[in-house]
Amino acid sequence: MAFYIAQFLTGLASAASLFLVASGLSIIFGVTRIVNFAHGAFYMLGAYIAFTLTERFSGALGFWGGIFVAALVVAVVGVLVEMVLLRRIYHSPELFQLLATFGLTLMVQDIVVLIWGPSDLLGRRAPGFKGAVDFFGQNIPSYDLFLIVLGPVVLGILWLLFQRTRWGILVRAATQDRDMVAALGVNQKWLFTSVFAVGVFLAALGGALQIPRDAVHHAMDLRIIVEVFVVVVIGGLGSIIGAFVAAVLVSELNAFGILIFPKISIILVFLVMAVVLIVRPWGLFGKPEAPARRTPGLTVNPWRPLTSNERLAAIAMLIVAAALPFFSGNYALTVGSEIAIFVIFAVSLHFLMSVGGLASFGHAAYFGLGAYGVAFLAKLAGLPMIACLLLGPLLGLFGAAVFGFFAVQLSGVYFAMLTLAFAQIVWSIAFQWVAVTGGDNGILGVWPEKWAASPSHFYWLSLGIAALAVLILRIIVFSPFGFALRATRDSPLRSEAIGINCKRIQWTAFVIAGTVAGLAGALFAYLKGSVFPDNMGISLSVDALVMVLLGGVETVSGAVVGAIVYKALNIWLVSQTDWSKLVLGAFIVLIVVAFPKGIVGTLESIISRRRKSSSSNSPLLTSRIETAE
Amino acid sequence: MKLQVKDLNSFYGPAHILFDIALDVGEGEVVALLGRNGAGKSTTFRSIVGLVENRSGRIVFEGRDVSREPTHAIVRGGLGYVPEERRIFTDLTVEENLEVGRQQRRDNAPYWTREKLFTLFPNLGEMRGRAGGRMSGGEQQMLTIARTLMGNPSLVLLDEPSEGLSPKIVEQMVDAILAMKKEGVSIVVSEQNLHFARLISDRAYIIERGRICFGGTMDELDARPDIRDAHLSL
Repeated sequence: MAFYIAQFLTGLASAASLFLVASGLSIIFGVTRIVNFAHGAFYMLGAYIAFTLTERFSGALGFWGGIFVAALVVAVVGVLVEMVLLRRIYHSPELFQLLATFGLTLMVQDIVVLIWGPSDLLGRRAPGFKGAVDFFGQNIPSYDLFLIVLGPVVLGILWLLFQRTRWGILVRAATQDRDMVAALGVNQKWLFTSVFAVGVFLAALGGALQIPRDAVHHAMDLRIIVEVFVVVVIGGLGSIIGAFVAAVLVSELNAFGILIFPKISIILVFLVMAVVLIVRPWGLFGKPEAPARRTPGLTVNPWRPLTSNERLAAIAMLIVAAALPFFSGNYALTVGSEIAIFVIFAVSLHFLMSVGGLASFGHAAYFGLGAYGVAFLAKLAGLPMIACLLLGPLLGLFGAAVFGFFAVQLSGVYFAMLTLAFAQIVWSIAFQWVAVTGGDNGILGVWPEKWAASPSHFYWLSLGIAALAVLILRIIVFSPFGFALRATRDSPLRSEAIGINCKRIQWTAFVIAGTVAGLAGALFAYLKGSVFPDNMGISLSVDALVMVLLGGVETVSGAVVGAIVYKALNIWLVSQTDWSKLVLGAFIVLIVVAFPKGIVGTLESIISRRRKSSSSNSPLLTSRIETAE
Repeated sequence: MKLQVKDLNSFYGPAHILFDIALDVGEGEVVALLGRNGAGKSTTFRSIVGLVENRSGRIVFEGRDVSREPTHAIVRGGLGYVPEERRIFTDLTVEENLEVGRQQRRDNAPYWTREKLFTLFPNLGEMRGRAGGRMSGGEQQMLTIARTLMGNPSLVLLDEPSEGLSPKIVEQMVDAILAMKKEGVSIVVSEQNLHFARLISDRAYIIERGRICFGGTMDELDARPDIRDAHLSL
């Protein structure tokens, strides 16, 4: 019994930091409507800076002062980020805000390694809380007890701040109706900046307080952000009480999950999240949000199928691509195969997010599931390659069917957070369940059969499948199903009103996208001869998003162009620099701020501008969105 | 002259909504902006306080052109705005709603305290701790007006204050507006209800399809039944 109580207390102690970070995310979202992906990065920065300060200054004052100052320093960084970056994108579509803050996260990951090096850092123990308390034979660290008390104390302080101060009242008012607050003479800019500073301060404090408990390392940002997303989805985005209750719940589930399913403890959290989503899709303490109004006329240039000339041009380009093996070496062919595979992956995501309006931040899960599907079938069942290629993606289909069912219950940022959390869960299973997946070592020796083994043959295979996948998805876009899907994207309410079953349509789209992504993963497994958990990692999901964005979110063929350009650049970049995350992150931020229409989108608007020499249509993505009454 | 609007043009996306609107409001005057649903009354107000980004023209408030200023700065200058559809903060209590509107004292405008507003709107005084979402429509309408007055404005834009209210509440509303006028607040009130407008206004403009098509005193309007019948639904 004492053991279970000790386990319970450990869970409560872990909840403290989680609550701090989650409440910060919630507060920022409440007012600015931005889900700050970079919140994990601020948490990590808080830990690193606190580590340096507490090492530098001795004594109790040095320690506690160091933690507090670290949180303040990061808050100042947050203010700069808000003023320089976020102010430019408050009126951009959600996807761009998510991506820009994600780009920041990538940059911070490399910056942290640049400054503090890649190895884990062990921080100081907290003065006055170094020992442990004996509880019926179980040792409970006294620092844990400190954290257990700290959580409710912070909750109380936040409550006072929001109920009893003018600032708190203004923040709560702005959470509900920020235009009205401005119309009462409140300067929104500074309100937003101060809210962001408070949220970032909480995240950094959460990170700084972790140093006596855990090693500081450069992957802690992603670990916390996924847990935080799970917490806010369960607790309800925007609710501080919800963040507290859900943080405790998730931490306890983790603490006891390890006892029940030692290998895949995260399953328990997933199950609880699934139940909450079915019963209360907006979270335990959240409020249902009105369906988000889409950007009016999101697609400035209406989509149309290719004209016959354009079809001929596409076929000609395909023939040129198919001729590559006749005049290039094996390395170029391997790169070519990889690009073809990523074209498949990118068009599958494009189908989901541009056609379906569902921006998934965890699309790599289905890519990876397809890859693992092939690996299982080839290594364990010993099936021939053709059968593997046909059946392997079914694992992606299965995953998309299960996760998609839950994900389409939500929309917008919730959808993005949930898909990311699902992808991380799949990743954790691949990582933790060593007996089946090989864990970090992956599954090796998945090589193509003889008929496809040569680089040129494999290239033709990849190219052929890519062409087929693009063709099929394009046909679907212009089929009745595609029209229904786009109607659902543009206005869920109106679609329901004309008899479209929105959730069903979106679920179907999710499954189609997941299956096609699985197909890409299956090919990828054969290309690399192996599968690893990173094949379903978050960076791969983001790669896909950037490909679609680079090509042009609003276009039909952007994903193809984006995938080719991005993958080629990426392969070249990785060979040139050790700091590819820094460059990539900056690149993402740059596209979002300066180049939101992407390559194809920009080309299209240039062409349409030429056609009607002075078009009065303003580019809606870059202009501010106004809602007519 | 308290407020002067000249050549005001406004757009929602590619749609041109207001065409060369011109309005004058004198010191301490109550001016009605009359027109049917969708004529452009709310857009005119939203444009004046800068909530419609895409607009051109001159908006001179107390001798200063404010058309380039952001909304909060215009409002801080003493130009109060009461939106239609009662955009109170439903999660906040009556007193908290008033707190959001509070601004510093102004020399050229009456100074409102909570207590003074509670005498003007006695209903509100009885429910200080009640959440805005749990009030009746009439009470919410009073709260939006009181909230704007907390900013001590010298001019108030009142967007359809009588909309959807019971006759008894409308009577209270008339009294409140006349009391505001007596304190020295200039008021522009948009209305569909000519009867209501007549009870409070010195002058009136009629707006139709985004254009001002009449401007004059209430007597002048009464002398032109043709205009009244063509542009107002009675």
